Amino acid sequence: MEQISFSLNNKTVKVEANPNDILLWVLRTKLGLTGTKYGCGIGFCGSCTILVDGEAMRSCGMAVSEVAGRQVTTIEGLAIGDKLHPVQESFVMHDAQQCGYCTPGMIMNAVGLLNNNPNPSREEIIEGMNENLCRCGSYRRITDAVESAAKQMNGGSNK
Amino acid sequence: MKENQIHQLYFDNVDRPVRSINRRNFIKKLGGGLIIVFSLSSFAFKSRSEDDHDKRSDEELDLNAYLRIKEDGTVDCYTGKIEMGQGVITSLAQVLAEELEIPMNTINMVMGDTELCPYDAGTWGSLTTRFFDPLLRAAAAEAKAELLKLASIQLQCAESELMNKDGFIVSKTDAKRKVSYAELTKGQKIVKTISAPPKLKKAEDFKTIGKPIISTDAIKKVTGQAVYTSDIQLPGMLYAYLKRPPAHGAGLKSLDVSRAQSIPGVTIINEDGLVAALHNDPLIAEEAMVKMKAEWDIPEAKADTISIFEHILQTADSSRTTEEKGNVAAGLQEAENIVEANYLDGYKAHASIETHAATAKFEGDKLVMWASTQTPFGTREAVADALNIPLEKVHIKQIFIGGGFGGKIYNQQAIECAKLARLTGKPVQVAWSRQEEFMYDWFRPAAVVKVKAGVQNNGRLSAWNFDIYCAGPRGTQDFYNIPNVKTQVFNGKNVHPFATGAWRAPGNNTTTFARESHIDVVADSLGMDPLEFRLLNIEDPKIRKTLQLAKETFGYTAAKTGANRGCGIAIGADAGTIVVLVAEVEVNPETGVVRPLRMVCAQDMGQVVNPHGAIVQTEGGLTMGLGYALYEDIEFTGGAVETQNFDTYDIAKFAVTPPIECVFVDDMNAPPQGGGEPAIITVGGAIANAVYHACGARVNQMPITPQRILEALA
Repeated sequence: MEQISFSLNNKTVKVEANPNDILLWVLRTKLGLTGTKYGCGIGFCGSCTILVDGEAMRSCGMAVSEVAGRQVTTIEGLAIGDKLHPVQESFVMHDAQQCGYCTPGMIMNAVGLLNNNPNPSREEIIEGMNENLCRCGSYRRITDAVESAAKQMNGGSNK
Repeated sequence: MKENQIHQLYFDNVDRPVRSINRRNFIKKLGGGLIIVFSLSSFAFKSRSEDDHDKRSDEELDLNAYLRIKEDGTVDCYTGKIEMGQGVITSLAQVLAEELEIPMNTINMVMGDTELCPYDAGTWGSLTTRFFDPLLRAAAAEAKAELLKLASIQLQCAESELMNKDGFIVSKTDAKRKVSYAELTKGQKIVKTISAPPKLKKAEDFKTIGKPIISTDAIKKVTGQAVYTSDIQLPGMLYAYLKRPPAHGAGLKSLDVSRAQSIPGVTIINEDGLVAALHNDPLIAEEAMVKMKAEWDIPEAKADTISIFEHILQTADSSRTTEEKGNVAAGLQEAENIVEANYLDGYKAHASIETHAATAKFEGDKLVMWASTQTPFGTREAVADALNIPLEKVHIKQIFIGGGFGGKIYNQQAIECAKLARLTGKPVQVAWSRQEEFMYDWFRPAAVVKVKAGVQNNGRLSAWNFDIYCAGPRGTQDFYNIPNVKTQVFNGKNVHPFATGAWRAPGNNTTTFARESHIDVVADSLGMDPLEFRLLNIEDPKIRKTLQLAKETFGYTAAKTGANRGCGIAIGADAGTIVVLVAEVEVNPETGVVRPLRMVCAQDMGQVVNPHGAIVQTEGGLTMGLGYALYEDIEFTGGAVETQNFDTYDIAKFAVTPPIECVFVDDMNAPPQGGGEPAIITVGGAIANAVYHACGARVNQMPITPQRILEALA
C-alpha cells in the first residue's frame, strides 16, 4: 500500500492503494465516485471513460499510480454546481440516453474529443465516439448531442 | 414465478399464475390522502384493438397499481413495473398528468419496490403502455371525479360548475373560487376502487399525451447521480467473486483454496454449490477468486457453433401446430410454383452494458435487496425459495436498471447474493464480470425455420408451410391472406447446451427474418418487385396503410438503388403494433462488408402516448437490430461459451448506424400498442433483402457476415 495523490474533480485527494490497483475500482470503492461504470474490464465498451489531464482515457485499464500528480475528472466533476456542462445539457436536450448506464462514459469521451478538436465534423464525432458502446442504440442522438454541444461551446446556439 | 414458467410465457404466451395481493396491508402503509386502487383482473377494461395479434386474455393480466394524491398535493404512482431505459417512468407520468390535470413535476413514480408497489409479473412483452396506460388514465379520471365531489362540498358549488386545472378545482365562472388538491386531501384517507369505466378525455382535448416530453430521469443520468445496483455501497459490505466452471454442466472435481485463504481479510465460501471469495476491496476479492485452484469434469460437447443447426433439427422432439387454415398439402400440390428454403439464426446475447448485479443485507431476519431485475416480484420469490424463508422476509427495492431486453428476467445473481449474505452474516454485493455475463446469459436461442411456399404465376400466394425450430410462434400469424397455411413449432428439452430465453421480441426476430426473406425470394422467382408483391398479397387495411406510409417516406421506386446498393423491405407484427422497415445498404463486393445507408420505419402502434419516446425506442430497436442482423453470434463448444467479451462479440456501433426516420400511422383515439420491442423484429429481414438487391447475395443465416456474403456470391 502506498499513498497516491492526484487532483480529482479539482480537489487534491490522497488515497491508500496498491500502485497497480485499477483506477476504475479505486474511484468507485475507495473514493466513492460511482458515476464511472464497469462494462467490460478490457477497454472495449468505454463505460469507464474519464478525463486525465483533459484527455479521455479508459479507467478500467489504468493503474492508479499512472494518475499520480495528474488531473482526473469524472462525470461527477463536470457540472459546476447546478450548472450542467454543455455536453451534459445537450445530452438532456437530445434525450441521448435511455438506460443511462453508458452515458457517463459517453459524455466523458465526448468532452475529451471536444478538448482535442473543438470544432469536429460529424464524421469526426462518429469516429471519435465509435469505440464507446450503447446497447440501447442511442448513437444517433448522442452524435446529434455532441454536434450541437460543440456548436454551443463555439458560441453558436444549442438547438 | 418459476424459471420454466417464464420460459413458457415468452415463447407460448401460456397462462400466467395470478398472484393475489394483500391490499389492506398496502393501504395501511400508504398513509393519508386520496388513494385509487386499480386492477385489470377485477374490472374488465377493454384496452386492446379487436385484432390484437397476441392471444392473452384479460384475466391473465394481473396488473395492479395504486395512485395516491398526497396531503401536500403531490401524486405518487405505485407500480410493480420497472424502468430500464424504455422510458415508461416518463410516459406513465405523462398519462397521469394529462388525465388528472396536474403538472408533470408533481408526480413521483414509485416503481418495482416489492413492499410499496403491488404485485407485477414482470416488465416485458411491451405490455406497460398497452395495458397500464388505459388503467392509469381510468384511475386518474376516478380520482378527478372524487376531487370534484369534495370540492363541490367545500366550495358549496355544483359539480357541473367546477373544473380541474393544474392541481386545483376552479369555478368555471369565478376563477378566484378555487381549492387545491392538497387542501382537499389534507387529513383525509379515502380509498376508492375503480368500479365502472370512467369518462376519459378525448384525444382532441389532450394537453400532455402526444406531446414530446424529455425523459424525467435525464438529469440524473447525465450527472452520474442515477444509482444502479452495483453503485450501492453498504457499511461493512463484502464484494463477492464466484469461482465459475469453464463450461455449463461441468462438475467440481477438486478445489484448493489455501492460497486464497492466506490473503488477509478474505472470506472463502464453499457451500451448496457456491464457491466464492469475498472481501471489502473488490480487487482483493477477485485476486482471491483467481487464486482458488479448481479442477472440473467437463461433459462431452454435443454441438458447437457450426453443428448446432443440424443438432436442433435432430433433437427437437416435440411439436405443435400454432396456425392452420385450408389444406397446405393440397395448396402446395395445386401451386404453379413452389419455393423452399431454410433460414438459420445463431445464439445472441442480451449484452446490456450493466451486467447482472445484486446488493443485499439482512435487517434482522429480513433480507433487503437491490437487484438489476426486470422481475422484482419474481426475484423476491426466487430469493425467498432459495433461502427457504417467507416471501414477506424479502424486500426488493427500486433501482435504475442498465438495460434489460429480456435478459434481466432471470436473476441467478440475486440468489447468489442472498445466499452469501446469509452465509457471511454481512452485506454482500455480487456484480458479474462481463465474462460471467456472457457465460450465464439466457441467450436468444439458435433456431431453424423451414419454409415451403406455393405461388401462382399471377403472384398470389396459395400455400405456406412454416416449420419453426426453437423460436416460438410470436408474430407469425399469417397476414398475407394465404388460403392454405400451416405453422408448426418444434422444440426439445435437451436441444441447447446452455440456458435460452426471451430476447427483445422473443422469437419474432428470427421468424420475421425467415418469412420476410422468403417473401422476397418468392417475389424474385416470379420477377416481381418485392413491394408490389407484398401489396398484391396483403388485404389488411392497417398493414397496407403502414406499408404505403413507409414507401412514400422512403421514396421507394425499386429495390435496386445504385451500383452495389439496394434496399430491402420487411413487415412484422409484434405486441399489437405493425412495423414496416425499408433499409438501404451498400455492399463492397470485394470484401463483403455491408454499410447501412438509411432506415425508414413506419409503424401503426395505435395511440402514440409519447411520440418522442416512441421514436427513441424505435431508433434504439433498429440500431440494436443491426447487431443481430450483421455481427452478433455466440461461439461455443458444448457448454463452453467461447465468446466472453466485447472483443469477440460485435454489437452495432456509431459508425454503422445510418440515418433513421420513424413515422407513425396517426390514430390518437385507438388504444396504445407496444413500442419497446416491435421495430427490432424487421431488421434481419430488411437487411438480408437489401443485401440481396445490392449485390445478388442471398444469405439465409444471421448474422449476415462478409464471409457468408462472399460465399453466396461465389
